[in-house]
Amino acid sequence: MSKFLEVTNLNVTFPTQDGEVRASNEVSYSVDLGETLAIVGESGSGKSVSNLAVMGLHNPTRTKITGSAVLNLANGPVDVISASAETVRRLRGKAMSMIFQDPMSALHPFFTIGDQIAEGWHLYNKGSKKDGIKKATEMLEIVGIPDASSRVHDYPHQFSGGMRQRAMIAMALVNNPSLLIADEPTTALDVTVQSQILKLLKDLQKEFNMAIILITHDLGVVAEVADRICVMYGGRIVENGTVDDIFYRPEHPYTLGLLNSVPRISDGQSHRLRAIPGQPPSLISLPSGCAFQPRCEYSSKVTSGACNSTVPSLSDKGSGHLSRCHLDVADLNNLVKDKA
Amino acid sequence: MTENILELNNLTKFFPAKAGGIFSRAKGEVRAVDGVSLTVARGETVGLVGESGCGKTTVGRTVMKLYEPTSGQIVFDGQDITNLKRKEMKPIRSKMQMIFQDPFSSLNPRHTVGTIISSSYTIHDIEPEGGVEHSVRELLTLVGLNPEHINRFPHEFSGGQRQRIGIARSLALKPKLIVADEPVSALDVSIQAQVINLLDDLQKELGLSYLFVAHDLSIVQHISDRVVVMYLGKVMEMAPTRELFANPRHPYTKALLSAVPVADPKMGRSRERIILQGDLPSPVNPPSGCVFNTRCWKAQDICRTAVPETIQVTPLQTVACHFPEV
Ligand SMILES: Nc1ncnc2c1ncn2[C@@H]1O[C@H](COP(=O)(O)OP(=O)(O)O)[C@@H](O)[C@H]1O
Ligand SMILES: Nc1ncnc2c1ncn2[C@@H]1O[C@H](COP(=O)(O)OP(=O)(O)O)[C@@H](O)[C@H]1O
Ligand code: SF4
Ligand code: SF4
Ligand SMILES: [Mg+2]
Ligand SMILES: [Mg+2]
Repeated sequence: MSKFLEVTNLNVTFPTQDGEVRASNEVSYSVDLGETLAIVGESGSGKSVSNLAVMGLHNPTRTKITGSAVLNLANGPVDVISASAETVRRLRGKAMSMIFQDPMSALHPFFTIGDQIAEGWHLYNKGSKKDGIKKATEMLEIVGIPDASSRVHDYPHQFSGGMRQRAMIAMALVNNPSLLIADEPTTALDVTVQSQILKLLKDLQKEFNMAIILITHDLGVVAEVADRICVMYGGRIVENGTVDDIFYRPEHPYTLGLLNSVPRISDGQSHRLRAIPGQPPSLISLPSGCAFQPRCEYSSKVTSGACNSTVPSLSDKGSGHLSRCHLDVADLNNLVKDKA
Repeated sequence: MTENILELNNLTKFFPAKAGGIFSRAKGEVRAVDGVSLTVARGETVGLVGESGCGKTTVGRTVMKLYEPTSGQIVFDGQDITNLKRKEMKPIRSKMQMIFQDPFSSLNPRHTVGTIISSSYTIHDIEPEGGVEHSVRELLTLVGLNPEHINRFPHEFSGGQRQRIGIARSLALKPKLIVADEPVSALDVSIQAQVINLLDDLQKELGLSYLFVAHDLSIVQHISDRVVVMYLGKVMEMAPTRELFANPRHPYTKALLSAVPVADPKMGRSRERIILQGDLPSPVNPPSGCVFNTRCWKAQDICRTAVPETIQVTPLQTVACHFPEV
């Protein structure tokens, strides 16, 4: 069975003065209606670039994109990578929508919230200006803005940060898209507002049976909302599994490192954090082998020296849990046990 | 020698409310910090938490006397510094230093790392033992940077490394207290852990005290001995870290802690969550009575009329609420 969105071997490169930036490198993932896929990784690992490609939002003259991203729509599949710009433009805002960390990147300061939500609706629906505002009001109610019928006439600056985030969600969902890509939607918000927004997204997902891709670097957020998780490092997906696979049976040293480096509310504070040493790689001059090798504490255990010479392939060791590492999973688990 | 390196007694800092922006209709004062009392003992780390806009940065900057306090008292190292003039502050400023959130904008891009770190010596007219360059190299080593990089510029370093440069600069004059304002918020998790470990090590090595401002509660829990919870310019609760996280007594603390996502799916699924309704009220017109009453699920009539006293629920835990949790 194919899923609603299927991204396969996506490559996105930016030619720059310093060389080619390989921001998205053989990236494959899929997400189905009603499902939440989280994409996690440090900043610069290629999370946004990959998903902007799915949305058709890269500048075609300054970006090289290969691979495919197929939307399995009711009236047949469409590959948004090879489709015409016009086709993708018509899918955007209708079949698929995207929200961002900074709502002001999506909201225009000089127009009312209502007009901006209505504008998206008018693109795909026949109706008067009044109908548009009615729809906008309804959307603001859905996303939990109190007193929506009067706030619909407000300008963005009259909204608080959390309310702007809700308004942007209302705007993205006005045409009832099947896929919502949320790029760090709560990163700039306080935890109290974050939990409101995450709950809102979950509720809306249930109500409209949406596929959600949640891009974030926050493992706590991921643990709470994701069904599946892709971990990205250096432009590649290094691990892909269910939320329980990733948190309880991690198979990649980078995932392990990430999990170890977050302080947890539950544990005592006395222990030292297990930081990952070093820095993330530059995407211009990736190492010839595994991109994580310079920071990996286990690379010396791969006696063949393959970590330095060959990019490991993303392989399935069973039950759809994929990992990109030369080390055998059983060996890794033994090494982790020995350390503890 | 007093036990506390820092004491704040009923500290307030009000700003004139500007016309325009989100407070356009309101006139009067922004009550950014409204009667805050707290202490930091020598060698202790006190975490200051609360939603953005609750006054954490203003507390930090007022302690540093970057803002003149509106009223109240600041006692640093046994000396009342509340009304000290700029000149009189100079020798004290070397004993307390601040680290900022944004490691990029807080470093002058046109200066080398060496110049940036040694600026402390120049400003205070101090010749460190062994000479300036020697000291800067030592500081770079101390914070885990390569001393050979003394002549490089900030843009040649990553975010985590730039934060280390900021820390090295703040350590140059051997301070006793460091006010760290969201020092790791801009960094990736794997790099956050490196910087947190560094701050831990430096504290042990140099006997530093930290006033650690952050909105990330898991980090605060990890690094702090005690935690102060603020809401709309006021202290809601104060307790040793363990007690605060295990048994929060203020409804706001309880809601705040329950909103923190936990990196453990099973625990997250089973956890009871309090989702606060509505937004933070404006600090220009804070609610009467208890400032939290507009969002508190326990609020009674008295909460809207009477400001709750700060009560001691255990010898080390205080809470400002008419109906604290048990
Ligand atoms: N338009 C562009 N031109 C050149 N490089 C880019 C462009 N957009 C993104 N990049 C680079 O691609 C890499 C991945 O970026 P991004 O996907 O935004 O990372 P993140 O995982 O933080 O979302 C980064 O190194 C970034 O600097
Ligand atoms: N220089 C200033 N002038 C006017 N208002 C300010 C100033 N600095 C902070 N404020 C206001 O004071 C309140 C507290 O701000 P701040 O201390 O920065 O909070 P936090 O650090 O907890 O996010 C906010 O409402 C903020 O808008
Ligand atoms: S392939 Fe080698 S370097 Fe890469 S994560 Fe696995 S063990 Fe580490
Ligand atoms: S005083 Fe009343 S409103 Fe304030 S926190 Fe306590 S119960 Fe809630
Ligand atoms: Mg991004
Ligand atoms: Mg602040």
